[in-house]
Parts: sequence; structure tokens; C-alpha cells
Amino acid sequence: MLRYAIRRLLWAIPVLVGVTLVTFILLHIVPGDPALNMLGEHPDPQTVEKLRRQLGLDRPLPQQYWDFLSHAAVGDLGTSYYRKVPVTQLIAQRFPVTATIALSAMAVGAALGLSTGILAGVRHRTFWDTGSMAVALAFISAPIFWTALLAQLLLGFRWGILPISGWEGPIYVVMPALVLGTRYAASIARYTRSSLLEVIRQDYIRTARAKGLGERVIIYRHTLKNALIPVVTIMGLELGGLLTGSILTETIFGIPGLGLLTLDALTSRDMPLVQGTVVFTAFVFVISNLVVDLSYAWLNPRIRYA
Amino acid sequence: MKERAEHFWWDLARRLLRRPVAVVSLFFIAALVLVAIFASFLAPANPNQQELLSRLAPPGSPSDFTRTGTFILGSDQVGRDILSRILYGSRISLAVGLVAVSIELFLGTLMGALAGYFGGWVDTAIMRLADIMFAFPSLLFAIAVMYALGPSLFNVFVALGVTGWAGLARLVRGEVLRLKTQEFVEAAKAAGSTHGRLILKHILPNAVAPLIVAATLGIPGAIMGEAALSFLGLGVQPPTPSWGSMIYEARSYIRVAPWFSIWPGLAIMATVFAFNLLGDALRDILDPRLRQ
Repeated sequence: MLRYAIRRLLWAIPVLVGVTLVTFILLHIVPGDPALNMLGEHPDPQTVEKLRRQLGLDRPLPQQYWDFLSHAAVGDLGTSYYRKVPVTQLIAQRFPVTATIALSAMAVGAALGLSTGILAGVRHRTFWDTGSMAVALAFISAPIFWTALLAQLLLGFRWGILPISGWEGPIYVVMPALVLGTRYAASIARYTRSSLLEVIRQDYIRTARAKGLGERVIIYRHTLKNALIPVVTIMGLELGGLLTGSILTETIFGIPGLGLLTLDALTSRDMPLVQGTVVFTAFVFVISNLVVDLSYAWLNPRIRYA
Repeated sequence: MKERAEHFWWDLARRLLRRPVAVVSLFFIAALVLVAIFASFLAPANPNQQELLSRLAPPGSPSDFTRTGTFILGSDQVGRDILSRILYGSRISLAVGLVAVSIELFLGTLMGALAGYFGGWVDTAIMRLADIMFAFPSLLFAIAVMYALGPSLFNVFVALGVTGWAGLARLVRGEVLRLKTQEFVEAAKAAGSTHGRLILKHILPNAVAPLIVAATLGIPGAIMGEAALSFLGLGVQPPTPSWGSMIYEARSYIRVAPWFSIWPGLAIMATVFAFNLLGDALRDILDPRLRQ
């Protein structure tokens, strides 16, 4: 197990280096000179040259990349062009906001999704099953920014229960967490149901039935335990998605999180900030996937030795 | 061989038509394709014609220029007919679904087949690249590509197409690895087939089932991707009607003109729902593990 963990951990390093390279290349396809952008219209050529030198943009691209990489390796992601603040400091300010929403949404999603999925699986081929799965698929099929708008319309404007946007206190977490949470509940419910149905068909459940155990004991003691292993994996993978997929929700709810920071950085072509936020996001994504893989291997010995 | 292939498609169609849910979703998708093709006949108005005196008119309000004399689904912030824009918008969504998924399929199949067939360093290089692609959250990557290339419909195809290939490559690689050691492939190889012929004629046709499922389930992903990019103002540019960009424009009017956001959102949801249902049905039919 330890060897598997170490191997996976070491593998994350070249992947992250690859992520920085791909991001760097993408950013340098963008036409235009960041120094020119920063100075506005008709700047004095000497000033442009000076700024280019200051930002290190006069050096050849491979060297610029190497500078970024060697600094990033020791935790220095550079300084934002426009905000004049270290990128790491900006990320440290914004990430907790995104994490708060993601974790609250996860809580909503797990509670709602697991209970719906179990209900649908246990009442297979009844109205409850078909109905809840149709609703779940509808939630999956609706764009998240649209459900967010509808939530603002109903919960905010019409009924006045929740604040519409902003980030000024705990109550502001509720609407984004509900919107994201129901979306994730829908996919968790689908996975829970199909995993439950797969396990129910197994021989040992038939045996449990044959020896006369009650349905309740069969479901809660024997089926759920095994059925929930793959669901835990999915929930972990979705957590990575929640942490990183915050761009749309943060835009709509005006939440100062990592997603909005990334979008701002892209819009203003703030290269170090884009580079930093994208790499950090990928880092979080890779680490959460790694934790999921390891927990899966831990829960399921067949994977470990493959 | 040809007979077997024909048998596969007939069998698939027969099994599909036995499922009411699949039939309904197929009907919906077929209707949508017709709407996209005949949008200019069906739409009550030119989707870009403005009636500045009836901005944000609620559904059913009178109109001077629509053929029905009313804005059936209301009008937008510059007095354009929302129904006509939604009908024309289906073109963008279907085009994106089709083209982006085709690019994904092409890249994914090519990369996966090369990796699985040749193995060795080719395999290592391609699969490591796929690992890197997986490390990017897909929307973030598509957004970055759109910033790099600039907003346009063509670039939306590219951004969504290059984002999704890695998953398909893994799938195809697995299938190729499974198939390449089978006897009929060995036999074809012994008979002197070239690499290209072996891959195209003998291996890939046998990997078609999981690819159909992946492609069908990829379409709703691409449609949602376009909607998200357009919602961020990075996709199709005005005045071209796209469902995502309509919601982007409607956002600021959610309080005074909720219908303006609701209709295009419903269009996206219904379309994505239909493709998801079809994909689920195909998976149930084609995945041997689920066949009981």
C-alpha cells in the first residue's frame, strides 16, 4: 500500500510540470504584448521596453518558463502584474472561500444524493425510482448557471429568503451551496442507485435472503456497505470538480473565490496570476484525485495489487 | 464480416426501439434536427430584427414584425423575438455537439489506437499527455483555450474538441489492447495486413460499441460546454443567437423579465436531457456487463 501511495505521489510531479508547460504555451499563443496592455494606449516605446525588462518579458521563452518553474518549485508563483501582490498571497485569500462553498455543497449533495439514491435503489421499478431518477437527470441536464439564476429569482427576489449575491456572512454560503449541492446530489443519487442494484444481484445477498434475514437488515447491513465503496470514490472525484468548477457559480453569485480570481486574471491578461491560479487549481485537482485513488485502493484490495 | 456489421446495427436499432424512453428521446432529437434545418421557415421572425419600442415584452405581447403578430415567448432587451432566437439557437448547439464530439472522437481514437497498438514509448508519451489533460478541470482548459484563440464559433469547436480527447483515448487504448491479441487479429497479421489495415479494418470496428456510448454521452457535455463558454461571453459572438449567450444577455434582467432567461435554459435542459437519456439507453444495451 505504501509503495503504491509513493509511486502515485511521485507520478503527480511530472504531471504538474506538464500542466505548467501546457498553460505557459497557451498563454503565449495569445497575441499581444502584456507590457503594452498594461500601459494603455500610445505608450512611450522606452517605457514599454523598460517594463518588458522589468517583467522579464525580454528574455527568450524557454528561459522565462524555466524562471517560472524554478521559482514555483520553492513556492513562489510570482507577483500579479496589476494587483502588485504575490500570487500565492492572493490564492491564500481566495481559496478558503471556494473551499467553504465546495464543502458545504458536498454536504448538501451527500445528504440529498445518498438518501435519494438508496430510496430509488430499494424501491426499484416503482414510482419513487423512476420519478427521482427523472428529477436527478433533469438537474444534471440543466446548466449550473441557469439553476443559479432561477434560485436567485425564486429564493432571492420572489420569496426574499436568501441574499441574492455577495459574500458578507455565513448566510451567503447557503444559495450557492444549494445550487451546487443539488447538482451533485443528482449524480451521487444516480451512482448510489446503480451501485446498490449491482450489489443486490450478488450471490451473498441471495444467500442472506435465503436464510430468512429481514429486508431491512439485508439492505443496511449487507448491501449498503459494499455498494457505497464506488460512491465514495465518485464523491471524492466530484469534490475536485466542485473545488475547481467554481468559475460559473462565483461569477453569478459575485463570490470572491478562486474561480472569479482566475477569470479576472484571464480577462486582464495578468500572466503570473493566470499561470499561478491555473497551476494551483490543477494541483488541487490532482491531489484530490490522488486521495480518492488511494482511499479506493485502501477500501478495495483488488486494485492495490493490480 | 460485412454481414456481421449490418447485423450489429439492426440489432442495436431493434433493441433501442423496444425502449419507450429511447424512442421518445430519439423523436425529440430528430425534431430538434428538423428545427435546426428549417429554422428559417419555422421561426416567426428574423432572429436579429429589433423592435426597440417593445423591449422585454412578456410572452404573448403584440408585435409588429413577427408573423404571428405576437411575441409568443416574449422579447429580449432590444426587442427581438425570443422564440425565433431559440429556434435558430438550436443550430449552434447541435453544430457544437456534432463537430466538437467529432474532433474529440477523431483525436481520441487516433491517440488511443496508436498508444494501444504500438505500445512502448508511443504508449507512454500519449498516455502521459492524457494524464496532463486530466489534471486540468475541463471547463478551465476550454476557457484558457478560448482566451488564447479569441471568441468565435470555430474556436469553440476547437476548445471543446481538444479538451475531451483524453478520456476517449484511454477507452480506445483499452479496447485495442484487449483486441490486438485476439486470434482474428493475429490471423490477419499473419496474412500480411499492414498496421493501418489491421487497426482500421480489424481492430477498431470491434471497438465501436463503447465508442457509440461515449460519443452520445459526449454530445450533452459539448452542448453544456458551449453554453458555459457563451455564458461567460467567450463563445459565439452577438448577434448570432446561441442558448448560452441568450442567458448571458438575460442575466441582468432576471428580475424584470424572467422569461428571457427561462426559455433558453429550458431549451438547453431539454436537449441535454434527451441526449443523456439516449446515451443511458445505448449504454444499457451495449455494455455487456449490464446485459443480463
